[in-house]
Amino acid sequence: MARAKYVQILLLAACVIVVQLAATAADKTQYLTQLTMAGYYSMVIIGLSLLMGYTGQISLGHAGFFAIGGYTSAFLTTYNLLPHKDAPAVTVLAQCGMLLSGKDLYDADILVVQPWAACIAAVLITLAVAYVIGRPVLKLKGHYLAMATLGFGTIVYKMVLGTSLVGAADGLSDIPAFQLFPGLSLSGKSSLRIQNYYIAWGLVIVGVTLLLNLIHSRVGRGLRAIHGAEDAANAMGVDTAAFKLRIFVVSAVYAALGGVFLTHFNGGIGPSEASIMKSVHYVAIVAIGGMANLWGALTMGVALNFLSLRGYFGSHDDSVFGLILVAVMLFAPEGIGSTGAPTMIRAWIKRLGAREEPAP
Amino acid sequence: MNIELLCQYLIAGLTYGTIYAIVAIGFNIIYNTTGIINFAQGEFVMLGGMLAVTLDAFFPLPAAIAGAVIITMLAGALIEIGFIRWLKSPSVLRMVMITIGLSIVIKAAALAIWGEGVKSLPYFTGTAVTVISMGDVHVSPQILWVIGASGLIVALLTFFFNHTLLGRQMRACAANMDAARLCGIDAKNMVTLSFVLSAGIGALAGCVVCPITYVQYDSGTNLAIKGFTVAILGGLGNSTAAIAAGLMLGILESLSIWILPTAFKDVIAITILLLILFVRPSGIFGNAEAARLKEF
Amino acid sequence: MNLLEVRGLNKRFGGLRAVGNVGFSVPQGAIKALIGPNGAGKTTLFNLVSGVLKPDSGTITFQGAEIQGRLPFQVARVGIARTFQHIRLFPKMSTLENIMIGRHVHSRAGFVSAMLSLPWTHREERAIRARALQIMDFLGIAELANSDAVSLAYGQQRIVELGRALACEPKLLLLDEPAAGLNMRETAEMAKLIERIRATGVTILLVEHDMALVMNISDEIVVLSYGEKIADDQPLAIQRNPEVIRVYLGENDA
Repeated sequence: MARAKYVQILLLAACVIVVQLAATAADKTQYLTQLTMAGYYSMVIIGLSLLMGYTGQISLGHAGFFAIGGYTSAFLTTYNLLPHKDAPAVTVLAQCGMLLSGKDLYDADILVVQPWAACIAAVLITLAVAYVIGRPVLKLKGHYLAMATLGFGTIVYKMVLGTSLVGAADGLSDIPAFQLFPGLSLSGKSSLRIQNYYIAWGLVIVGVTLLLNLIHSRVGRGLRAIHGAEDAANAMGVDTAAFKLRIFVVSAVYAALGGVFLTHFNGGIGPSEASIMKSVHYVAIVAIGGMANLWGALTMGVALNFLSLRGYFGSHDDSVFGLILVAVMLFAPEGIGSTGAPTMIRAWIKRLGAREEPAP
Repeated sequence: MNIELLCQYLIAGLTYGTIYAIVAIGFNIIYNTTGIINFAQGEFVMLGGMLAVTLDAFFPLPAAIAGAVIITMLAGALIEIGFIRWLKSPSVLRMVMITIGLSIVIKAAALAIWGEGVKSLPYFTGTAVTVISMGDVHVSPQILWVIGASGLIVALLTFFFNHTLLGRQMRACAANMDAARLCGIDAKNMVTLSFVLSAGIGALAGCVVCPITYVQYDSGTNLAIKGFTVAILGGLGNSTAAIAAGLMLGILESLSIWILPTAFKDVIAITILLLILFVRPSGIFGNAEAARLKEF
Repeated sequence: MNLLEVRGLNKRFGGLRAVGNVGFSVPQGAIKALIGPNGAGKTTLFNLVSGVLKPDSGTITFQGAEIQGRLPFQVARVGIARTFQHIRLFPKMSTLENIMIGRHVHSRAGFVSAMLSLPWTHREERAIRARALQIMDFLGIAELANSDAVSLAYGQQRIVELGRALACEPKLLLLDEPAAGLNMRETAEMAKLIERIRATGVTILLVEHDMALVMNISDEIVVLSYGEKIADDQPLAIQRNPEVIRVYLGENDA
């Protein structure tokens, strides 16, 4: 099993490279832009797949976490601290090297928070919100849980829409680039397109690897036990409530990271990223790819987001997602990841991995 | 703050509250017979309003409203027969997804048919500026229509569930599906009927509020969340309590405008929903055991 | 020395008194049985001890520490493992994995260390697997390691449940009707297994309907009727106890 995991990750990395080479060779590098964005959305989807598949919890509020990540990062990296330069808090931040001086569009001096510090803040805030919301929410089941998460998502949406500090209906724009390492910069400039494609997919590969590690561990076994028979898992010493909460927090942080990165890549974020429709899209994609099926969810996440971002569904985006969701739930409730061809591919990968594994 | 203004706000709150209660009753009817929360409930309200606006161009208003209600009821039946009837003991998660998917599709269809525009029915009596004055308090006659129609819906439902054979059969199904089946009640048809009823009262509510609140392809979602809040507030399945809860929420919301910016009005309802879910998921009126005894 | 002490335990459900002022003790290394007619409160008592229910009053003392009101996973962590009357194995997991879950209380890889796949977690994982296999060996089900647990024969599933509980290395093992649904041969094998488990030093408290099994393996028996304890004695004395006979055979005062 452990080997199969690495084979899968290597195959994913190979796919990422092949796609880039093919796009460059065919002179269609503009496709890489949508694939980059699809990669960031996939962060939400793989986290949600873990939550839905391994704990049986639904969340109709993950766009909220994506937005919390994106907006925190956007706000901190654009809000001018210069007028508050002498406030003690700002001085402390400056001494810690967390601030960045620059120029805005009109060439005026501004003082903002460094992207990396904003990113950490975004993750920490998401962590805290997910923890506070998750504790009571995860005690609920079924419809109650669905509605509670929907409620959370709606609150985030209405808050960003109604708060002028974060641009209300216009959202925030002119988000600076995020210098990850010298020479590696997260931004939407077309000259940096290939670089950014690799940043996005590097993040996804790291994200997937961490989740696969988790699934194939003591914790993953505990999660599967919770999904199978919660009372029995609890009687065996698994702190089921804590496990569910942690998975919820992990998936929220994945969503927030997707939000932070995409915001820097797009150079802006708007309230639509927090909308309930977005959350429903994410849930639909996970359901279509198959819950508890990371690869199915990832594949569907990239495919559907790519098609949607390229505009193949035209103005029928929502109806396409709605129809697919209904159809999959009616005819293949385990997701299309569990039908025919995908199952064969998985079995093949497993064999490929097993070949090198000594017999137990 | 003066008394007249307070009364004005109270009346506005009552109007919205009644509508929330009607949506909540729609949730309850389906929940009681099937254990399903129909996430497309708000779309029934939207469909009622939209269809009435369209039909109003060709028929007199009462006929347009009747037509809208009947067509929405047919849609309700179609949804149950096409997407729910033939599933064998589906999980809650699956039903949530199916009804959410349907609500998206209905919304998208409404967008395609009626466009993004905000539509409205004419006032049933008088015009937008007609008022009935009671002392210093001025009320639009439409508000009386809303409250009257809602009262009528509740009265008719009460009569239906208590004094007709069909209504009693539905209650039997709600109490115990298997036992009802053993008594020879066609439980499947009762489920269809619950969707039809629920769609019908949703649509009627959509028609009577349309002159005041207008209707847009996506106005169902907000109503659904409010309606669900009310249903939970009163205890899921308990429609009498839903009326009280609906009025409470309506008034609370309308008074909240005093303290909070209007943009946050909706946040109030949802915050209440979350608090209730966290603290007393069985509703403020019920206790946990009563919540299990389903009644209309 | 008593491993478990139950004192003055009460539990009501609405107007119904399910357990009324029940007290008993389980000596270290003993096999103790709870019996009684249907509805006597055996299952409630079991659920109180294992943390599924909270008592209204009374104490449950395990190794000198009061544990009443703790949650099931906390009870498991102090060294009390249980099986279920209606088998609750984990679906979509192999027999080995099911038993490995039992090692949860004795391992510590958490979210962060597991996600980072730290080397010590792999060592721990190997140790968990080895211990689980050892337990399967002890129970004579080693050859079932890779089969899907819930598709096993009923009798085998009971043994896997036993193995899962044993993997916790409990000091006290709670068995909820271990012979329910087993045929005579399987019941006899279960009795032998329970004896063998006790021989390894595990104390056992069981609820059981099969009188032959109970009389055969128990050191002491508690008899419950309508939520109250009516006898607490050795098997032979219980068999002769007129109160117990009356409860079991019904009142024949014609």
